[in-house]
Amino acid sequence: MRFAVLTDIHANREAFEAVLADADARGVDRIALLGDLVGYGPDPEWCVDKAAGLLAAGAICLQGNHDSAATGRNESLTPNARVAMEWTKSRLTDLHRAFLAGLPLTVKVEDVLFVHASANDSGSWIYVTSASMARGAFRSCEARIILCGHVHIPLLASSDVTGVVRVQKFRMATPIPLIRSRRWLAVVGAVGQPRDGVAQAGYAMLDTGTNELTFRRVPYDASKTVQKMRVAGLPEHFALRLIRGK
Amino acid sequence: MPILPYPGMEIDSFRLGEKLHKGAFATIWEVTHPDHLFPMVMKVPTIMDGFDGPTIVGFEVEQMIIARLSGPHVPRLIGVGDFSNMPYIVTEKIDGGSLLSVFERAPLPLSDLIDLASQIVLAVADLHRQHVIHLDLKPENLMLRPFCPESRGEMVLIDFGLSRHDQLPDLLSEEFSIPMGTYPYIAPEQYLGCRDDLRSDLFALGVMIYELATGTLPFGMPLKLKGVRKRLWRDPVPPRALRPEVPEWLQEIILRALEVDPKLRYQTAAQIAFDLSHPLQVKLTQRAMKVRQDSMGTVFHRWRAMRKIRSFGTPDSVAAQLASVPIICVAVDLSRENEQLAEILRWSVQRMLVTQPDARIACITVLKHERMGIDQTTDAEGNNLHVVRLVALRAWAVGIDLPEERLTFAVLEGSDPGSVIIDYATANHVSHIVMGARGHSAARRFLGSISAKVVAEANCSVTVIRVPERQKDVSQV
Repeated sequence: MRFAVLTDIHANREAFEAVLADADARGVDRIALLGDLVGYGPDPEWCVDKAAGLLAAGAICLQGNHDSAATGRNESLTPNARVAMEWTKSRLTDLHRAFLAGLPLTVKVEDVLFVHASANDSGSWIYVTSASMARGAFRSCEARIILCGHVHIPLLASSDVTGVVRVQKFRMATPIPLIRSRRWLAVVGAVGQPRDGVAQAGYAMLDTGTNELTFRRVPYDASKTVQKMRVAGLPEHFALRLIRGK
Repeated sequence: MPILPYPGMEIDSFRLGEKLHKGAFATIWEVTHPDHLFPMVMKVPTIMDGFDGPTIVGFEVEQMIIARLSGPHVPRLIGVGDFSNMPYIVTEKIDGGSLLSVFERAPLPLSDLIDLASQIVLAVADLHRQHVIHLDLKPENLMLRPFCPESRGEMVLIDFGLSRHDQLPDLLSEEFSIPMGTYPYIAPEQYLGCRDDLRSDLFALGVMIYELATGTLPFGMPLKLKGVRKRLWRDPVPPRALRPEVPEWLQEIILRALEVDPKLRYQTAAQIAFDLSHPLQVKLTQRAMKVRQDSMGTVFHRWRAMRKIRSFGTPDSVAAQLASVPIICVAVDLSRENEQLAEILRWSVQRMLVTQPDARIACITVLKHERMGIDQTTDAEGNNLHVVRLVALRAWAVGIDLPEERLTFAVLEGSDPGSVIIDYATANHVSHIVMGARGHSAARRFLGSISAKVVAEANCSVTVIRVPERQKDVSQV
C-alpha cells in the first residue's frame, strides 16, 4: 500500500493541487491528510471541499489545531494567525465547520499511526522538533511508524531496540528503508506553508510493501497564492513566508 | 531475549545446516530454502544482551545497505530477519573463501599482485558508484567467486556493518565516540571520526596493496587506538626498501593512496585502477624515489602539525566526489578527411577542462582491422602503424594543457571501432566519452555511424562533436 501523506495544507490551493498531482503521477493507493486544512491561506473553502471529496473516496483526514480553531474552539494562536483565522471563519459555512469538527485526531492503519501533532497528547498540539520530543510520542503508543505534521519542518527520528531515540539525517526524494528493528517517526513537512527555507510544497510517500518512506518536495506557483492573499487582505507576514519558504 | 541459532533450526522456511564460522560479532551458517536452490549462508549477529549497541546497529546498517547493492561485486541478498524473532541476513554463498590466505602468502609475484590489486580496486569503484563507502576494507572482507558457468571469478566485497550509504541515514554516526574500523587498515580521517569520505577506502586499498607487495603492514598491527594515531605523522617504510623489485610506479601508487591528507591521495578508485593498468604513464614523484622513511626531524614537524588536528575538512557527497574527478575519454579520428573535425574536438576538450579542471583525459584512436585476412602492421615504407598513430595522436593533443600524469594516449585495435571504444570506456571506468561524428558521407551511409553506436551502448555520458553544416545546406532544408 502506498500512502501519500500530506499535512498543513493551510488553505493553499496551488500547493495542495501540485502535491496531489505529483502523488498521483507517482502512483498512490491512499491519501492521508494530517490536518490543518485551513488557516493562513486564501482558499479555505476549496481546500475543505477537496478534503471532503478525498475523504469520501477513502482518504484519511485528521483534524489540526487550525481546523479546531475554525470550528470556534479557543486554540492558542499567534496574533497574526488570529487575524487570518477570523478571516477564515468568515469564509466557511456551517457545513464546512461541521465537517472540520467531525474529523478525528488520530487514525491507525495496522502498525502506522497518523496524527497531526504529537502522538502522546494529540489534542495538545505539541511540536515534535527533537529527539526528546519524539521520545514522548514513541512512549505513548505501540505503532511502529508514527507520521505527523504541525511543525512545518521535515524531521525523521528512530527509536532503536534499546529505546534510544535519535534524529536521523535524510535526503529528499530518496527512499529511506524503515528497518523493522526500529520504530520510526516522521514529520512529513508542510504542503501549504513550508518553513525549512525551501519554498516548495512538502509531503511524504510511505510504501508499506517495500517498507520505505520518501520525503518529497513539489514546486508550485506560490506567486499566485501570494497574490490571492494580498487581495484578501491577509497578513503580509504569511505571504512573505510562502515566498521565502520559512 | 533473541532466539539463538542451532543446526537444524527452521526460520522463515530457511533451514540451518552447518555452522561455517564463528566470529566476534556473528556466526555464519549454511542454509537451504525450498524456493532458492543455490548455496546460501545466513549471518546471525551474536548479541550478548539487550544492550549490545555496536553489534545491533552494525547489523541494522548492513541490513539496510546490502538491500541497496547489486552487481557481481557484492553478495546477492536473499532474506532478512529482525529482532522480534531472530535477526539474520541470508545471502548467496561465495564459494571461493576470503583473501586472507592469499594475503598470508604475500609478498606475491608482481604480476599476480597487480592483477589482484586491480580486481580489488575495481570492486571498490563499483561500490562507490552505488553511493556506498565500505569503511572496513581488509583481506577478510574480500572474497573471490570461483570460475564456473555462473561466475567469472569476480571480486566480492562482504560485511557492510560499518559502511556508509551517503543517501541513507547513518545510524552509526552518533552512536559511538570511538572510531570504528580495523586498526591496520583504518584511514587517518576515519580515525578522527569522519564517516563520509570515500577516500578512506582508498587508504585501506593502499594498505592492502602495500601488504601484497611487501608481506608486511605499513603501519604494523596496533593493538590500541593510540597506536593508530601514529599514522597521522609517521610515514611507512617505502615498499622498495623492503622489496627492491617493486617498480617505482607501483611504489608511487601505493604511497599516493597512503597520503595522510585525503586531498593528496587518489580521489577515486577508478583513478587507481587506471594507473594500475597504465604503469608506463604513472607520473613519478618523490614518492616513487623514496628509499627510506622520513627523518626524525621531518616526522617531528609533522607531529607538531598533526597532533591537534580534528578533521581534514568535510568531503563532498560520494556522487559529487566521483563527478569532480572524471576520466574523459576522447576518441579521435586521425584520418585526413576528418582533420577539421579533429580540431574542433580538441577545442571542445579544452573547453571542458575549464569547467572540470581535475579531469583526466584519455586520448584514444582506433586502428581498424579487416574482419578477415591478414592485417598489415606496417605501411608501404615499413613504418609500424601502431607507432605512427601514437605519434599522430600525441601531435593532435598538443595544446591540451594538462600535467603528464593526467593525459594518456592509447592506440587500440579492432574490426569494429564502436565496440572498441565502448570496451575501453567500460574497462577504464570512463565517466564521459567525447568523439566526433563524421559528416553525411557515403562511407557513413554504408558503414553505419560509430558515434550512434557509442551513444546507444556506452555506459557513460557521451558528447558527440560535429562540424557544422555549411549555411547553404541548411537553407535548402
